[in-house]
Amino acid sequence: MLRFILGRLLQAIPVLLVVITVTFFLVHSVPGGPFDADRAVGPAVMKALNSYYRLDLPLWQQYLHYLGDLASGDLGPSFKYPGRSVGEMIAAGLPATAELGFYALLVALGIGISSGVIAALRPNTAQDYIPMGLAMIGICMPAFLLGPLLVLVFGINLEWVPVSGWGGMPGDKVLPSLTLGAGYAAYVARLSRGGMLEVLSQDYMRTARAKGLAPWQIVLKHGLRGGLIPVVAFLGPAFAGLLTGSFVVETLFQIPGLGRFYVEAAFNRDYTMIMGTTILFAAAIIVFNLAADVLASALDPRLRQSRGGGQ
Amino acid sequence: MKALLFIAPLLLALAACSDYESNVSSGNREGILHWGNGAEPAELDPHIVTGLPEHSLMAALFEGLVAKNPHTLAVEPAVAQSWQVSDDGRVYRFAIRPSARWSNGEPITAEDFRWSWYRALQPGLGNPYAYMFAPIVNASAYASGELTDFSKVGIQVLDTLTLQVTLSNPTPFFLQLLDHYATYPVHRATIEARGAIDERGTRWTRVEHFVGNGPFTLKEWSLNKAIVVAKSLTYWDSDTVKLKQIVFHPIGNIATEERMFRAGQLHYTYDVPTAKIERYRVEQPELLRISPYLGTYFYRINTRLPHLQDIRVRQALSLAVDRESIVSYVTGAGELAAYTITPPGTLAYVAQPIAGFNPDRARAQLAAAGYPNGAGFPVTEILYNSSEAHRKIAVAIQQMWKRELNIDVVLANQDWKVFLAAQTNGDYQLSRASWIGDYVDPNSFLDMWIEGGGNNRTGWSNAEFEHLVLEVAPSAATQAARYDAFRRAETILLQEAPIIVIYTYVSKHLIHPSLRGFPANIMNHPSFKHMSLHRAEPEI
Repeated sequence: MLRFILGRLLQAIPVLLVVITVTFFLVHSVPGGPFDADRAVGPAVMKALNSYYRLDLPLWQQYLHYLGDLASGDLGPSFKYPGRSVGEMIAAGLPATAELGFYALLVALGIGISSGVIAALRPNTAQDYIPMGLAMIGICMPAFLLGPLLVLVFGINLEWVPVSGWGGMPGDKVLPSLTLGAGYAAYVARLSRGGMLEVLSQDYMRTARAKGLAPWQIVLKHGLRGGLIPVVAFLGPAFAGLLTGSFVVETLFQIPGLGRFYVEAAFNRDYTMIMGTTILFAAAIIVFNLAADVLASALDPRLRQSRGGGQ
Repeated sequence: MKALLFIAPLLLALAACSDYESNVSSGNREGILHWGNGAEPAELDPHIVTGLPEHSLMAALFEGLVAKNPHTLAVEPAVAQSWQVSDDGRVYRFAIRPSARWSNGEPITAEDFRWSWYRALQPGLGNPYAYMFAPIVNASAYASGELTDFSKVGIQVLDTLTLQVTLSNPTPFFLQLLDHYATYPVHRATIEARGAIDERGTRWTRVEHFVGNGPFTLKEWSLNKAIVVAKSLTYWDSDTVKLKQIVFHPIGNIATEERMFRAGQLHYTYDVPTAKIERYRVEQPELLRISPYLGTYFYRINTRLPHLQDIRVRQALSLAVDRESIVSYVTGAGELAAYTITPPGTLAYVAQPIAGFNPDRARAQLAAAGYPNGAGFPVTEILYNSSEAHRKIAVAIQQMWKRELNIDVVLANQDWKVFLAAQTNGDYQLSRASWIGDYVDPNSFLDMWIEGGGNNRTGWSNAEFEHLVLEVAPSAATQAARYDAFRRAETILLQEAPIIVIYTYVSKHLIHPSLRGFPANIMNHPSFKHMSLHRAEPEI
C-alpha cells in the first residue's frame, strides 16, 4: 500500500508541472492586463508597475522566475492586493473555507447516506420515491437559489439565524453549511441508494439474513461497507471541491474564504493569484483522489488485491 | 416521511440559535457604525489605492490639508488651519495646525507633507493618482521621471508649520485636490522602517504598524471579513467625533448586502439592487436615499472609422437617442437624462445642453451624410462590458436607432479587462463608458478630451477645444471667464459628438434612520467625523 501511495505522489509531480505551465501561458495570453483600468494609468506609472511585477520581461523569463519562486515556496505578490502575497491570502482564506467544507460534507453524508439507505431498503415504494425525489430537487436547485431561500425563511422571516457572516454570531455557520451541503447530499443519496441496491442483492447478504441477524445489523454491518464504495469514489473530488471553496456560497453568506479568489482573480487578471489557486485546487484533487482510493481499498478487499497492497 | 426525522432536529437546532442581537441594535448602543463598503480594499496606502471602497477608508484614516464640508462640499480647514493665496493665484501658503497629530501622538509638520508628496510623486511607486499634483510647478515632470531634482518642484517648507506650494497657473480647484487621498500625508518613519520610499505593498499599513492622521485609526483588518477603525484619541478635532468605531464590511454582492441591511446587520449599504428600489420607494421610502452623483454614463464613438468620421453621422446617432425613455423605463433608479458631459450641480458651472431627442433632425443629418433612410449605413457594433444593466441600455438604443434611423446595430459584450484593452487600442466602433469626477469642477470632465489623452480613446481632437481648455481657462482672470471658456469648449465637444452622453448617475443607498450627520452630496463623500448614531429610532 505504501508503495502504491508513494507511486501516486511521484506521478503527481509531472501532473502539477503540466497544470502550472498550461495555466501560466493561458492566463498571460488572455487580452487585458492587471493594470488596465477605466481611468487610464499614465505611461510612467504603467512602466513602474510592469517593472515591479516583472511584466516587462519576455514571457519565458517570467515563467522561469515564477518556477524559481515556486520552488522556494513563494507564490508571489498579488497583483490586485499590492500589500499581500498570494500565499498569505490563501492561508487567510483556507481555514474558513475548510471549516465550511467540512460541515457541508457532514451535512452531505448525514442526509445523503441515510436517505439513500432508507430508499434502497424498499425500492419502488413511497419510501424510495420521496427521498429520491427530494434528492433530485437538491441536485437541480443551485446554491444561488437555495441560499437566498433559506436566508429569507430562517434569517429574515423567522430570525432564527444570522443572514451572513462566519464565526461572528451564534448560528451563522448553519445556513451556509446547509446550502453548500445540500447539493452534495443529493448526489450522495443517489449514489448510496445505487450502491446499497447492488449490495443487498448479493449472496452474502442472503447468508446474513439466513443466519438470523437483525435487519439493522445486516444493513449497517454488512450492507454499508460495500454499498458506500461508489460514495467514497465520489468523495475524493467532492472533498477537494468543498475544501477549496465555493464562490457562490461564500459570496452569498459573506464568508471570508478562498472561493471568491478563484473567480475574482480571473476577472482582475491577478496572474499570481490565478496560479496560486489553480495549484492549490490541482494539489487538493490529487491528494483527495488518492485518499479516496486508499479508503475504497480498505472497504473492498478485491481492490486491495488488485493494487498488491494486501492479502 | 422519514426524511422529516432528519429535518426536525435541524430545525430545532436552528431555532436554538435565535438568541442574537443585530449589529444595528448593538452598534447604536455602543456607538459602532456598520458600513457596507463594497469590495475588499486593495490596500490602505493613500498613494497606491484607487476606487470607492478605498475612498471611504481613506476618509476615516487620514486627513489632508483641507476637508470638504459634508453639506456643501466647500473647502474647510483641516490639518491646515488657514492659508493665504498670492494675488496672482499661483502661490499658496498653508499654516499647519499646531495641534495636528499622527495617531502615534507625534506632531504633524510641513516637512511631513513635503516628504509625503515627494513619495507620492516617485515614478517607481506607480501612484495612479499622481496627476492630482499636476497643477504644481514641475510635479508632472518629476512624476514622469523627466526631472530628477525634487527641489525644482513647487513644494517648499518655510518653517516647521508653514508649507508653500507654487502652481504653474492659478487653479481654482487646487484646494479641492488637497482633500483627495493622493495628497494625504503619510508617516515617514513608519514607511521607511518597512521598505524603500518607492516600494509598493510594504507592511506599513498592517494593524501593528499603521500610523495615520485621520479622525479614526486602524484597529483590525481581517481579509474579506471586516476592517475596524476606532476613534483616534490624538486627532486634533476628536471632540467632534461621535462614533467610537466603524466596521467596514467588504460585501461584493449587493443582494447579500441588502439582505444584511434588512436583517439589521448594516447601517448603510454601498449600493441597492435595482430590482429592490421600487419596493423600498413604496414601502419604506425613509430608508432609501437616491441622490445625484458626479458621474456621467455615455457612449464613445471611434471617430477613426470612415463612417463615424462624419460629424453629421455622430450627431444623427445622438439626436436619435431618447434619453428620457432610457432613464424612465430602462435604468429606473432616478437617473437624470444627460445633455452635457458635466453633471448638473458642478458648483456654479452650467453647460450649454445639446439638442435632445429629435428624430426628424436625426434623419435629416443622416441623409445629409449620404445615408438617406439609413440606406448603405454599415452594420455598426455597440461594445459593452458584460453586465445586464449595460445590455438593457444597449438594446434600447439599438431599437431606437433601428426605429428612427433604420440602421442596423449589433451588440457585443466583453469581459471587463478585455473591454478596457479594446477601448484603449481603439478596437471598437461604439462603446459604453462612464466618467466620475475627481473634483467638483468642469475641468475634471473636459481635460480628458485633449488629443492623445489616456482617457480620450475616441481618436477625436479639436484645436479650438484644446486652446480653450489648456490655455484660455487656466489663465482666465475670473471664475466667470474661466467657466465661459469651459462652456465654449464643452459646446464644441458635444456638437462634434465623439461621445453620446446618456445619463447622469445617482448614488443609491439604504441608510438606517439611526445614522445622522450624513447629508447627501454630489461626490457621495462620507465625513465620518460628523456622523453619529441615535438609539431612539425604532428597529426596522
